[in-house]
Amino acid sequence: MATEITGMVEKRGMGLWLTHVAMIVGVLVIFFPIWLAFVASTVSQPEIVRPPMPVWPGDQFIENYTAALFSGVNVPVAVMLGNSLIMAVGIAVGKIIISLLSAFAIVYFRFPGRNFFFWLIFITLMLPVEVRIVPTYEVIAGFGMLNSYSGLIFPLIASATATFLFRQFFLTVPDELAEAARVDGARPMRFFWDILLPMSRTNIAALFVILFIYGWNQYLWPLLITTDPSMNTIVMGIKQMFPSGDDVADWPVIMATSILAMIPPVVVVISMQKLFIRGLVDSEK
Amino acid sequence: MATVELDDIRKSFGPTEVIKGVSVDVADGEFIVIVGPSGCGKSTLLRMVAGLETITEGELRIGGTRVNAREPMDRDIAMVFQNYALYPHMSVAQNMGYGLRIKGLPKPEIAAKVQEAAELLQLTDFLDRKPRQLSGGQRQRVAMGRAIVREPSVFLFDEPLSNLDAKLRVQMRLEIRELQAKLGITSLYVTHDQVEAMTMADRMIVMNEGRVEQIGTPLDVYERPESLFAAQFIGSPSMNILAVEGREDGLHLDAMILPNPTGVSGPVMLGLRPEHLSPDPGGPIAMKVLLSEPLGANTLLHGKLAGGQSFTASLPGVHRADHRDEPLRLSILPENMHVFDRDTERRVG
Amino acid sequence: MEKRVTFKGWLLPLCLIAPQVFISAVFFFYPAGQAVWQSLFIPDPFGLSSQFVGLENFEYLLGDPYYRASFVTTAIFSTLVTLAAMIPALFLAVMADRLVKSARVYRTLLIWPYAVAPAVAGVLWLFMFNTRVGVIAWYLGQLGYDWNHVLNEGEAMGLVVVASAWGRISYNFLFFFAALQAVPRSIIEAAAIDGARFWRRFFTIVLPLLSPITFFLLVVNIVYAFFETFGVIHTITSGGPQQATTILVYKVFSDGFVGQDLGSSAAQSVILLLLVGLLTVLQFKYIEKRVHY
Repeated sequence: MATEITGMVEKRGMGLWLTHVAMIVGVLVIFFPIWLAFVASTVSQPEIVRPPMPVWPGDQFIENYTAALFSGVNVPVAVMLGNSLIMAVGIAVGKIIISLLSAFAIVYFRFPGRNFFFWLIFITLMLPVEVRIVPTYEVIAGFGMLNSYSGLIFPLIASATATFLFRQFFLTVPDELAEAARVDGARPMRFFWDILLPMSRTNIAALFVILFIYGWNQYLWPLLITTDPSMNTIVMGIKQMFPSGDDVADWPVIMATSILAMIPPVVVVISMQKLFIRGLVDSEK
Repeated sequence: MATVELDDIRKSFGPTEVIKGVSVDVADGEFIVIVGPSGCGKSTLLRMVAGLETITEGELRIGGTRVNAREPMDRDIAMVFQNYALYPHMSVAQNMGYGLRIKGLPKPEIAAKVQEAAELLQLTDFLDRKPRQLSGGQRQRVAMGRAIVREPSVFLFDEPLSNLDAKLRVQMRLEIRELQAKLGITSLYVTHDQVEAMTMADRMIVMNEGRVEQIGTPLDVYERPESLFAAQFIGSPSMNILAVEGREDGLHLDAMILPNPTGVSGPVMLGLRPEHLSPDPGGPIAMKVLLSEPLGANTLLHGKLAGGQSFTASLPGVHRADHRDEPLRLSILPENMHVFDRDTERRVG
Repeated sequence: MEKRVTFKGWLLPLCLIAPQVFISAVFFFYPAGQAVWQSLFIPDPFGLSSQFVGLENFEYLLGDPYYRASFVTTAIFSTLVTLAAMIPALFLAVMADRLVKSARVYRTLLIWPYAVAPAVAGVLWLFMFNTRVGVIAWYLGQLGYDWNHVLNEGEAMGLVVVASAWGRISYNFLFFFAALQAVPRSIIEAAAIDGARFWRRFFTIVLPLLSPITFFLLVVNIVYAFFETFGVIHTITSGGPQQATTILVYKVFSDGFVGQDLGSSAAQSVILLLLVGLLTVLQFKYIEKRVHY
C-alpha cells in the first residue's frame, strides 16, 4: 500500500493516487505547448501544413536546427542568440555591480543627500520600461545608441530591485564584522572587497539567475531599438520570422528557434533551482 | 606595552549624555575589568577607547599620546568582540592574519606569526577550518588569536565570554588571565558578570548609569564599597540593605538595635553581607526564616525581619530550618557593617 | 533599521552611488519628465513645432471611445489572466503539498514555463491555435467548432489570456507551494484531531493562512498582466481584431510608434505612471514591514 506520511496526517490508497494523477495531468497540460513546439521543430513543413500534425518527433531535427542556427529567416539564429546572451549577461552584471555599490553606500555611510538618493532610487523600484517607452527611445536615439548593445542594456539597468535586495542583506551582516575589520585596519573599500563581497556570493548568484532571465526575456525594448536584423535578440526575432501577408510561415524553423530561445533560461533555472527560488522569493518580498 | 589614561571622558548621543565623565589611569600591563549592569555605558566606554565611537569630550591617551582623533587601526589596540566577529568566509589562519595582511607584511612572516599564536592557543589543528566548523570555545580562541598576532599595546575585550556555557566560561576565564599575564599586555575587559570581575581583575571599575561608582581592586570593592550601588552589585547573594536610624546608643531598626561603628546620627542605609552574619542566640537581628536553600558548603536562609523587610543570611554548613516558628537570631561584627548616606548613597566613615 | 557602524567620509559614498543615480536620472527620471512635458503639447502634422495645449491631451483621451475601450479591455484581460494564473497554481500547490517525497520532482517539472519568455509563449500558443496549421484549432474544427481568433474578438481575448497565464502558473505555484510548506504541521494535525477532513481543513485553516501571499500574488499578477504581457499580445494578435486585445501598454506603443501621435502617447504614459504608483502603494501594504527606512 502506498503511503506518504506527513506528521500524523497521512494519506493512503485512493487519495494518494488521485493526488498523483492530478499532478501528472497538471504537468502534462503545462508541458503540452513545449512538447508540440519540439515536435514541430523535428518534422518537415509539409507535415505541419496538412493538419493534424504528428504528435511524435520526426527525423528533420538536424536539418531544421541547422537551417535555423546558420541561415534563419532574416538573420542566422546563432547571431540572435549571441545578441541575447550579451544583453542578458550585460543587464545582470550591470545591475549587480551598480546595485552592490549603491547599497554599500546607503548602508555603511552617512553622507549628505543620503535620504534623497535613497528615495530617488526607491521610486524607480516598480516602473517598467513599457510605461516610458517613447521618451526613453528618444534619449537612446539622441545618444546614437540605436542598434547597439549599450542601448539594449543601459535603460534596463535602471531599476532598484537589486539595490534593495543587497541593502536587506547588508543590514543582516553583523555590525561587529565591520568593526573588527576597522580594528584590523581595513578601509571601506578594502572591507567591501575582502569581507562584504565574499559574504554576498550566494545572493549575487541568486540575483544573477533572476536578472539573466529578466534580460533574456525582454521583448518590447529590443523590438523598438534594434531595426538592424543583425542586432535582433532571439526573443523578439521570432516574431520577425513570420512573413507579412498571406505567405505560409516556415513553422519548423520558427519552432526550432523558439526551442533555442527557451534553452538558455530553462537551463539556468533548472540547474540553479535552489538559488533561483531563493532569489525569486527574496527579490519579490 | 602601554599605559591608558582616560581624562574626564564623556559621550553624548544628541542631548542625552551616556558617559558622564570617566577618569582612570591604567598602568602598563594592568588588567582592568569594567563591570556594571546592561545599559550602564561600559561597552560604549570600551568602544570609545577602541575608536569605534567618537569621544564627545575629554582626553584619551594611549602610551602617553593623545589618540582621540585616531582611527582604530592607528591606536595600536586589538579587540575581542562579544560575538567573536570572525569573518565567516575566511579560514582560521586567514582570520588571524587579516590585520597583518592589510598592514602589508610579507606572507611568510604572517604565516609565522599566525603559527606562533595558534600554538599558544592550541589552534594548530584548526588553522584551515572555517569558523562555522568550530565549537564556541574554539571560536573564542580564534578571536583571541586574531588579537594576539597584531602584537598590540592594549587588548580590549567586550563581554567575550557571554556566549559560552557556564563550564567553558570558567575555563576560558582562566586561559585569558594566564595568557594576559604571560604576554603582559595592558587589558580592558568589559563584563556584566561580577564573578568574572572579581576573579580576573587587577582593578575593577564599577559603572552605573554612565558614572564610575568605584575603582579599586576586587577585594577593596568587596570589603569597602564606596557606594550603595557598588555594595549591592558586587557579592553574591547581594548585600542586605536596611533603612536605619543612627542614634548614640546604636543603629535602630524598629525594635532592633545594632552597633553604630561610625557613630552617625539620623537616617542612614545599612548594608550587611549575608555571608558575614553568624547565628548567635543573643544577637541583635531576629529573622523569620521562610525558605532555606542548602548549597552544601553553606546554606542560604531567606526570610523577613520584624518590620517586614526581606533579609538573607548565608550560614556555613547545613542548616535545617525546622523550627520556623522561632525567629533565628543573628549577629555581625561591627567591621563588616557598611553605612551609606541616605541621599548621596555614598559610604559614610 | 540602521547600522551602528558607519564609515566616515562623504566623497566615497557619493562616488559609489553615482552610477545608479546617473543611470536612473538619464533613463528613468528624464524620460518620465519628458512624458509629463510632452503630454501637455500637440505636435503639428509635420513634427516641426508643437503647441502647448495644457490638459487637452488628457481631456481628449478620456473622451476617446477607443481609449476607454482599452481601459475596459485591460481590466477584463488582467482579471482573467490573474484568475487563470492563480487558481490552477493554488490547486497544483495544494496537491504537491500532500506529497512528500515526490513534491520536489513535480516542482522541478513545473518550474520550466516560468523561464519561457512571454513572447515565446505567445508563439507556442499561436502555433497550437493557428487557423491554418494549429493542431487544437484543427481538432476543434473536427468537433464542428470553427475557431478563428483572427476574426473573433472573444476567441482572440481567450487566447492571449491563456498564453499570458500559462508561464505565470509556474511562478504562482512556487510561491503558493513555499507558503504551504511553511504552514506549521501542528496546526494541520490539531485540525485533523478536531475531525476536520482535508478540504474542510483547507478552506477553514490553510486558506486563511495563505491570505497574505495570495494578496501579494494578486498585486504582482495584475502588474504582470498590465505591463509584461506586451510580447504575448504583439506576437498573437497585434492588438486586434478591432482593438479587442489592445491593452493600455499596447496602445502606448501603437499610438506612439505606429501612429506617431506623441502627445497622446505621452499622456497615456502619464496615466500609466499614475496606475503604477497606485499598484506600488498596494504592494507596499505587503512589503512595508520589510522596506522601512
